[in-house]
Amino acid sequence: MPLVDIKDVRKSFGPVEVLRGVSVDVERGDVVAIIGKSGSGKSTLLRCINRLETYDEGSIVVDGMNVGDARKEKKLRDLRRNVGMVFQQFNLFPHLTAAENVMLAPKVVNKANNHEAKLLAEETLAKVGLSDKANNYPSQLSGGQQQRVAIARALAMRPNVLLCDEITSALDPELVNEVLRVVEQLAREGITLILVTHEMRFARDVGTKLVFMHLGKVHEVGPPKELFAAPRTAELQQFIGSVH
Amino acid sequence: MNDFSFWVILSNLLLATRWTIALSLVAFVCGGIVGLALLFARTSGIGWLTLATKAYIEFFQGTPLLIQLFLFFFGVALLGVEVSPWIAASLALTFWTSAFLTEIWRGCVESIPKGQWEASESLAFNYIEQMRYVILPQAFRIAIAPTVGFSVQVIKGTALASIIGFVDLTKAGTMLNNATFRPFLVYSLVALIYFCLCFPLSWYAHRLERQLHAAR
Ligand SMILES: Nc1ncnc2c1ncn2[C@@H]1O[C@H](COP(=O)(O)OP(=O)(O)O)[C@@H](O)[C@H]1O
Ligand SMILES: [Mg+2]
Repeated sequence: MPLVDIKDVRKSFGPVEVLRGVSVDVERGDVVAIIGKSGSGKSTLLRCINRLETYDEGSIVVDGMNVGDARKEKKLRDLRRNVGMVFQQFNLFPHLTAAENVMLAPKVVNKANNHEAKLLAEETLAKVGLSDKANNYPSQLSGGQQQRVAIARALAMRPNVLLCDEITSALDPELVNEVLRVVEQLAREGITLILVTHEMRFARDVGTKLVFMHLGKVHEVGPPKELFAAPRTAELQQFIGSVH
Repeated sequence: MNDFSFWVILSNLLLATRWTIALSLVAFVCGGIVGLALLFARTSGIGWLTLATKAYIEFFQGTPLLIQLFLFFFGVALLGVEVSPWIAASLALTFWTSAFLTEIWRGCVESIPKGQWEASESLAFNYIEQMRYVILPQAFRIAIAPTVGFSVQVIKGTALASIIGFVDLTKAGTMLNNATFRPFLVYSLVALIYFCLCFPLSWYAHRLERQLHAAR
């Protein structure tokens, strides 16, 4: 059974149908890269997976749990413990240090004690290469560092899936690579990743599955190297041409 | 000019000022606690709770404080419970204060970027936890200045309690005027005392506001 099973999901904002029957399977250990033009519904799809957004029809099952049923607080909490998310704008908590940002959810949500949370912070900050910045506030960090703290913060909940929504799009070009390297490392460790990205080379080299979205639908899906080498549809061909 | 009566007037006014301060403190502290509870209700996103809180706020912001005092003073008596002016004034001012503080604080909460809500939500926080650990600590910083500023309104608002017979600074002024027939002297002193209570607060509020803008 796929770890994340998205079936025929539909979603409208008012009169506008943004997801028009989307289906994607994500196996454990997959690195799914979602690409597509702005407005094609990539973020909305991602946000439906952890119920930041609700969908109207279809089903999403994460690790055996139906997202549509996660309406009650306890189920919603279980779902979100299982699904981490990293945002384009980092969204770190500005009043907390890097370590405190990482420790907060384990303490509040998982009732970890201070010692356990500290160990988690040390471990995850080391993983993103920021052990020396544990006591810095977000405003004292570069964009790339902030984003890596955000990744550590998500990892500290030990999610089964990590969702990344254009996590390098807000960064200065010279800071993109340090974040991508961290993500690549996570992929190598076998963490299941679903990422919306404009980094085509990264999608091709690190991705195990490429999803091309177009007008609220999965227009093409397959192994990244194959699709990049030989897009089957004119739309994908055009899209690849436009970003290169 | 009779020096003796000047000192009698002043000392009586100062004694009554204790009650103005006490009533202000009660209204501000209790109003703050009620206001915080209302803030959670108002921003909870739960339809009926939000609606009920809105109605409460509209009522206390949309009717004169004096009428609210009358309602508490005479209205509660209708239920067969004797209320002293002190109790009625405390209740009315508490609710009135809470309505304004809730609105001030709601503005501060809503100025926190949406990303903070989404990040904490995706980390599996529930609403109370989001408020407690993420939103309020950030909103607090911006709320201090307008909150201190509003405390001035509370102090001035307590003057109305004199009308239902609460012996505060204003009421003492009225009584002393009736006894001495020196309205200008009496009310000048009353005004001066209110000013001494209020000015440091509004000065401090302005300073906080400047600091906050400088920090941005
Ligand atoms: N909260 C919202 N309310 C209304 N429309 C929205 C909302 N979020 C997204 N949309 C619309 O849905 C469409 C898809 O948006 P999105 O999923 O963000 O696309 P992408 O991430 O691929 O750029 C866009 O047309 C966008 O304007
Ligand atoms: Mg997007």
